[in-house]
Amino acid sequence: MTAKVGVVVFPGSNCEHDVVEAVDAIGGCGELLWHKDIHLGDVDAVVLPGGFAHGDYLRTGAMARFSPIMDAVARFARKGGPVVGICNGFQILTEAQLLPGALYKNRGLKFLCQPAELRVESTDSVLTRGLAEGDQLNIPINHFEGNYICSEETLAELRDNNRIVLTYGENPNGATADIAGICNESGNVVGLMPHPERAAHPLLGSTDGALLLEGLISGG
Amino acid sequence: MNEPLHRSLGLTDEEADAIQEILNRPPNHLELAMYAVMWSEHCSYKSSRLHLRRLPTEAPWVLVGPGENAGVVDVGDGIAAAIRIESHNHPSAIEPYQGAATGVGGILRDIFTMGARPVAVMDSLRFGRPDEPRSRWIAEGVVSGISGYGNAVGVPTVGGETVFDETYTGNPLVNVLCLGLMPADRLVLGRASGKGNLAVLLGSSTGRDGIGGVSVLASASFGDEEREAEKRPSVQVGDPFEEKRLIEACLALLDAGLVLGIQDLGGAGLTCATSETASRGGVGMDVDVAAVPRREPGMEPFEVLTSESQERMLAIVAPDGLDEVLAICDRWDVQASVVGRVTEGGLLRVRDGIDGPVLGELPAASLHEDAPLYDRPRHPPADWEEARADAADHLPPPDDVAADLLDLLSDPSWVYRQYDHMLFCNTVVGPGSDATVLRLKHPSTGADTGRGLALTADGNNRWCAVDPRAGTAMTVAEAVLNLACVGARPLALVNCLNFGNPEHPEVMWQFSEAVDGMAEACDAFGIPVVGGNVSLYNESDGHNIDPTPVIGLLGVIDRLTRIPPGLVWGDGDRVIVLGSGGTELSGSQWAANTAGHKRGVLPALDYDQHRRLAGLVAGLVANGLLSAVHDVSSGGLGAALAEMAAVSGVGFRGARIHNHAELFGEAPSRVVAAVDPELLPEVEAAAAETGVTIARIGLAAGDRFSIKGLLDLDMSAIAERWRSAMSDLNSG
Repeated sequence: MTAKVGVVVFPGSNCEHDVVEAVDAIGGCGELLWHKDIHLGDVDAVVLPGGFAHGDYLRTGAMARFSPIMDAVARFARKGGPVVGICNGFQILTEAQLLPGALYKNRGLKFLCQPAELRVESTDSVLTRGLAEGDQLNIPINHFEGNYICSEETLAELRDNNRIVLTYGENPNGATADIAGICNESGNVVGLMPHPERAAHPLLGSTDGALLLEGLISGG
Repeated sequence: MNEPLHRSLGLTDEEADAIQEILNRPPNHLELAMYAVMWSEHCSYKSSRLHLRRLPTEAPWVLVGPGENAGVVDVGDGIAAAIRIESHNHPSAIEPYQGAATGVGGILRDIFTMGARPVAVMDSLRFGRPDEPRSRWIAEGVVSGISGYGNAVGVPTVGGETVFDETYTGNPLVNVLCLGLMPADRLVLGRASGKGNLAVLLGSSTGRDGIGGVSVLASASFGDEEREAEKRPSVQVGDPFEEKRLIEACLALLDAGLVLGIQDLGGAGLTCATSETASRGGVGMDVDVAAVPRREPGMEPFEVLTSESQERMLAIVAPDGLDEVLAICDRWDVQASVVGRVTEGGLLRVRDGIDGPVLGELPAASLHEDAPLYDRPRHPPADWEEARADAADHLPPPDDVAADLLDLLSDPSWVYRQYDHMLFCNTVVGPGSDATVLRLKHPSTGADTGRGLALTADGNNRWCAVDPRAGTAMTVAEAVLNLACVGARPLALVNCLNFGNPEHPEVMWQFSEAVDGMAEACDAFGIPVVGGNVSLYNESDGHNIDPTPVIGLLGVIDRLTRIPPGLVWGDGDRVIVLGSGGTELSGSQWAANTAGHKRGVLPALDYDQHRRLAGLVAGLVANGLLSAVHDVSSGGLGAALAEMAAVSGVGFRGARIHNHAELFGEAPSRVVAAVDPELLPEVEAAAAETGVTIARIGLAAGDRFSIKGLLDLDMSAIAERWRSAMSDLNSG
């Protein structure tokens, strides 16, 4: 059965079509969901895509967490449904407290759009379950607020429970412990700053992103 | 000191008389303000129209030529591409961040007005010298503005150019190009039709920002700083989130077939949008000024009609489609208000309430068709002959060739790292290469056509300062070669003509010469000009900028099966030069750097030789025969080689470049390529077949950059210079 991936569109999202294209290309079925919907339908997984939901006004992700669909996303996540937040989606997941910590402005106080070398730190997540610890991935980043910060206790908890999913080879933004992506306790909610959908076609220079998305649609 | 009203609005006495003649009575304040904005240089092209007619605009694949919001060409597979370039020079000089941001916003609206989804932005940026604090402030502000707006609005900025030259001190150039795609059958034009149809204003409320922007800012020169500060309120403020929702709402309205005509509100605001849609459609319009949502109380009708508040569109819809229009706008949280209705007879009437008292009444077409047309005096500068005799070849040769070469290098990545250049997953070759390459997917179905589009933006003020006619032709030729380097053939050209004060005969002469040079080159290459923008009065403190025509060239790649080679060569590659040219130094970056020299005669451009070279290079790239390729332009052969070495991290061991003139001369029609030794015979055979000169000049290898008898540099010196030229801008 083809896995159906719901991609939530907030006003200001802009990577939704890219995610659908990448999911479709690896045999899944991407479907757009509107932020004012209150049900997710029969999707098997949810992606909160990159962009500038609600213009990122006030603070990145701060308004999006109040969009009606977020209650359904939280319920879906609590039941173990795979939820992935990419870039702005990661920021929204932290604002919605589905993931701990926050994303702060890049160390250099400039927007960064460039390739990034990543290392798979944990395979206990819905994105990395098909990969091996230590795998190197080349996937681009594209953000102003990608500098992950959290308390000492949270960092210890992430480390102790194998919840740091991806780290940067060369830290581009000042993120704590080089963190590029983390997951929740059960590994079904993942947030990451790099954009896997931008590394999913041979003409784009890397197909490593497809390896992550394959994890998402491969089912349990 | 009481200046007549028309003069303070920027109209001459003769223009005021002409208005009175059209109306058969003296205009009131509102009417005068409307004429003032529409007859401004920026909106009416009154000094340039006469000359622009000489450009070739036709080809079988051109769907819409100049005169509409954007040019449109058929790119095959049922897809049409809309393209336009526009300047935002004056606002960016006053308020760099917002000036550049609203430049992006404006060009996007020109594209989705045509029914196309904007898929790529390019910026051509020119600033004064980077060691001058104000120029740095402008450069950083402009780049941040493009980054802040472009990234948030969700359109990738895929390339462009950044040039620093003394000539732009006080008057930067910010030219923004946008490319959009649409199903070929969805083309929409900005015209009103059908008596009783409604004009619906979409987007932002109208405020006092940007009032008189086109006449006060864009059509006058800069003087002292105090006066510039006074102009700051004439710069608009952008809201990319509003624009993003506006794009989605407008494209949804077009998909649903609810829009009969649509027009963006840019320069001259509501006056321009209502009069243009009406006059293009041969109808009239009643505009209810009271129905326009406002940002602040107490605005006068003339302020509402001429405000340049951003993120607004005017859609013409049938009354029975209105509810559906309002529902779609509501979904995207876009404000929509009926502000007018189409009438017969061609009159634009401004009323207080749709059936209320008439505040102003004028023939809609008179704002466009009756706009003044000037054949301004023009003649070459007094020292023209003398300047031509002063060739840069007579400058003293460098004491240290290597040092002069290093001076030409600078890594532009501090700019494009701040731009999202990957959105939509089309960017096969991004910024930093000769041309950008995008995958071509069908805009409705997303189906991959297996083909690609290529895009380049080019300008060269030095060449055009030496000779505006030959320099412009060389700029077009360079753009053609840039496309060839990614395997593309040219399809359509747009131009942004940045010049000084048209009231100076030397400037008008430069303009006219540049138009002729462009026409000549476009004819020779068979490229239609599908749109353009003219920016005059680029003058500060009595100093006109170098003539700077900027060219955007769109090309197509018929089979996009591999990533084009780019600039990165591999250790062991043979390095060759394809094509040949003279060693004249006039117009070169070297001459400008060492002596501020911009005189003499440019090296000759042979169109036939250039076409053959472009065809050869495009073929070699398409067949995967080159490991790396780079056209020779600013900085000559030396800069091309050093740039390739810098981005590759692999040195060069060369010979047969005998002196600084051969190293730094910028003769056109030359390309540097790196080739796998095993493929070299095949490349040489192809060159022989097309009659293109090929010269082996060295080997890509090692950690030194050396040319026998001329220079020998450690690669670390090149890497260091490459990285640090813009070091404080590069940090972070």
